[in-house]
Amino acid sequence: MFRDGIKSGVAIAIGYAPVALTFGLLAKSTGLSLMDTTLMSMIVFAGAAQYISLNLLSLGTGPFEIILTTFILNIRHFLMSASLNEKAENDSLWKKALYAFGITDETFSVAAMKEGTISASYMFGLIFISYSSWVVHSAIGHIVGAHLPENVQVSLSVALYAMFISLLVPAVKTERKALWLAVCAGAINCVLLLWLHVPKGWAIVISTIISAICIQWVVEKGKETEYAQ
Amino acid sequence: MHSNIFLIILGMGLVTYIPRMLPLTLFHRIELPPFWRGVLRNVPYATLGALIIPGIFLIQDDPVFGILGFVSAVIASWLGANVMIVVFVSVLVLTVYTMV
Repeated sequence: MFRDGIKSGVAIAIGYAPVALTFGLLAKSTGLSLMDTTLMSMIVFAGAAQYISLNLLSLGTGPFEIILTTFILNIRHFLMSASLNEKAENDSLWKKALYAFGITDETFSVAAMKEGTISASYMFGLIFISYSSWVVHSAIGHIVGAHLPENVQVSLSVALYAMFISLLVPAVKTERKALWLAVCAGAINCVLLLWLHVPKGWAIVISTIISAICIQWVVEKGKETEYAQ
Repeated sequence: MHSNIFLIILGMGLVTYIPRMLPLTLFHRIELPPFWRGVLRNVPYATLGALIIPGIFLIQDDPVFGILGFVSAVIASWLGANVMIVVFVSVLVLTVYTMV
């Protein structure tokens, strides 16, 4: 099971490498020491929040605001954790509390799209390889500080999106509902982000909830009319 | 630079961990009504939609970049390629695109 987790985590580990290398590089140019950079990746383990914190640090933003921004950005993991809980096996509480630490957009997506239930050992494998890649590459980025060729670096920025797409497409092929859920959430997310300028973390939470509830409501209504006929 | 950077990192870690941990531990054995279980089962697909759109189209100022990445990833996965191949194909397509 642990090995299954490792196997499904390889793509994440590879996708994290350029993101973490760049983070290490940026952290260095922001003035963080190697230890602080590595510690942040070890303790926070959340890409977007770490990038933004660098930005805020360089602007001289206060600790409270940095921590609050991190919270708002990462509140979406609450929803992911609740959803994962529906598939989680009844492992002991401390194991669940431990693997909960490793829930990111990417580990969540891979685990949620896996068939069947989710055991702690699977999650440990999945998180172990993703987390190692994240931490090690953050440190390497700081130490080496060298850029990949510009056009390679630019095209690597699509890697994690490509992974999300490859997780979604098979589900869409077998179940029309998955397509509606994704398109509906994506459309709401566009409105929230681009038009209403809602912070990214909240935008994902709100669009996911609205889409998940509305589509579920439509599905149940559909069933009721089927029974009525 | 803040001298209390370590405390900031700890605080960031804490507020990140709590939302990740609470549902998995608190909802340990709570039985939700069927409607809400259905909603939670919908969450992964909806989240993926929100993670992809509009993000992928905003990576670069050039909209063609995101569209090309999106289309090549969709085609590759539609043809049944596994995740590694899909990532490889879209990175390759965009590397070629940025070279020409």
